[in-house]
Amino acid sequence: MTLLRLILERLLTTLITLFGVAVIVFVVIRVVPGNPIAMMLPPGATDADIDRLKALYGLDKSIAQQFLIWFGNVLHGDFGTSITTRQPVLSLVLDRLPATLELSVMALVIAVVIGVTLAILGTRLRGHRAEAGIDVANGIGLSVPDFLWGLALILLFGVIWPVFQISGRVSPRLELPFTSQFYLFESILRLRFDLTADLLSHMFMPALALALPLAAIISQLLKQSLKETVNLDYSVLARTKGYSETRVILSEALPNSILPTLTLVGVQFTFLIGGTIIVERLFSYEGLGNMAIDAVVNRDLPLIQGIVILFAILFTFVNLTVDMTYAVLNPKLRHA
Amino acid sequence: MSGFLEIRGLSARLAGTGQRLLRAVDISLPAGSVRGLVGESGAGKSMIGKAVLGVLPKAVEIVEGEILLDGQDLLKVPPAERRRLIGAKAALIPQDPLTALNPSRRIGPQITDRLVDILGWEKARAASRALEVLAEVSIPEPERVMRLYPHELSGGMRQRILIASAFAAEPKLIVADEPTTALDVTVQKQILKLISALQARHGTALLFVTHDLGVVSKVCDTLSVLYAGKVVEDTTVERFFAAPQHPYSRALLAATPRHTDPAASLQPVPQAVIDAAMAEIAAADAAWSAHG
Repeated sequence: MTLLRLILERLLTTLITLFGVAVIVFVVIRVVPGNPIAMMLPPGATDADIDRLKALYGLDKSIAQQFLIWFGNVLHGDFGTSITTRQPVLSLVLDRLPATLELSVMALVIAVVIGVTLAILGTRLRGHRAEAGIDVANGIGLSVPDFLWGLALILLFGVIWPVFQISGRVSPRLELPFTSQFYLFESILRLRFDLTADLLSHMFMPALALALPLAAIISQLLKQSLKETVNLDYSVLARTKGYSETRVILSEALPNSILPTLTLVGVQFTFLIGGTIIVERLFSYEGLGNMAIDAVVNRDLPLIQGIVILFAILFTFVNLTVDMTYAVLNPKLRHA
Repeated sequence: MSGFLEIRGLSARLAGTGQRLLRAVDISLPAGSVRGLVGESGAGKSMIGKAVLGVLPKAVEIVEGEILLDGQDLLKVPPAERRRLIGAKAALIPQDPLTALNPSRRIGPQITDRLVDILGWEKARAASRALEVLAEVSIPEPERVMRLYPHELSGGMRQRILIASAFAAEPKLIVADEPTTALDVTVQKQILKLISALQARHGTALLFVTHDLGVVSKVCDTLSVLYAGKVVEDTTVERFFAAPQHPYSRALLAATPRHTDPAASLQPVPQAVIDAAMAEIAAADAAWSAHG
């Protein structure tokens, strides 16, 4: 019952947040210098031409009026038409969303696998010299941002030892039988593992670049928590029962240390999604982030608004998921 | 006569500073008997319990000595085998029931884990054994309790569960590390009686670490008085309360509150006694250093 109430409360606050985001974005992109009309007209266009186009796109009205018109349309599910491609914003954005979701989730999986493994290893080897090595690796992971990891990976796996694809989402010559935009997911469902391999080969480097900073955060935080937990009374009691150090870490300490880490992973995952904007650009990965940069460069106002709203929905959804997982995993909250 | 647990000349120090923590400790505990380890905080009584169970902090280094459990020197067997040996033959009743149960695991598995994972019992047999010992420590509805999480139970209940868990594998030795210190006074008595009754019924050897001489008089057969990591008196309970031999023991006994005249009986250990004890220890240390 409490879980249901939590979800309802969060949905309500989400709606308010989204409205705020919409207002801010709408105003900001209209106040900053540069406008879409200038991008569309050839050099030497007259003021009359500019005014005519402005009126055509409704840009001659006040910002408040523009917002009311746009918001009214949004309530009917119409996010407007992209100025550059002249296609509906909603379908453009929803077309790209799966690519970014697949990339982000893949990055999250990689980050969790690397982070948790290093944390367990570091706890097991605490006091040894190898622990210092893991701390150094964490430090490097934390201090290098995702796009620099991207450049380093391109150099390493694209140039020096070219084993992975450095550009795009899938090899262009392949014929794709997919009906959805969730290529990776669908390739597995259709048992087309040749396509899965090609997709993974493209996805690996951007996902790893996004994952490494998060992996370092997970590793550092989880290790710190594990090192405290393995000295608690119940861990000592487990040792007197005859359990090995590894077993104590895995079955006594880990279940108690994973919860505080989870909250942080949720917050950090939203940063990771934000990171897709530059990293997708770097790898020419056809996702939402790449499209966002194009939209900003072209001053495609309706498209920018659509993308930002979608990112905002994504962020609040991730936070809600984390809160719910926390409630389900924590026995004290579950029985409350 | 050699005991089920036999500690001989056990010395330990702090790894960094070299500070001596245990000074040639000798303790003998025959099968089925109860020995109290008493002393003030920092005297090393808990450390002896931890050394026996193989859970000394990493900073503590054993310099010399033997810990014979059922005739086998624990300090000479490889770590993996030592863990299994201790898990099979010994058990711990911990000090604080609120922190000694894992908050994210159900009660049942926390009792049966040793039986299944270390002793290799069938799961069904381990579960029925767990129900049996829970009933033995008077836990109502043991089937339901097995499915609960620790936070759903009171401190007294949790200590009963930890006692049940300690006795579940029928160990020959149990180390009780101040098992009543963290409990309400009203619950303390029941828990003490329970441990005593179970010990007598199962014939378990019990090493009872405590700072409470009242507890010692109720539960123990023999006792070792520790001061600064040294056993200053090793005697039976009757002889100790009738006529303590060491000046420190006498001072300790004098410091115990009595119902008849509470104010007068609360005597701090006189400085002269502490000085004498320290001098004795310094002399022993000097002799030890000379021969080492």
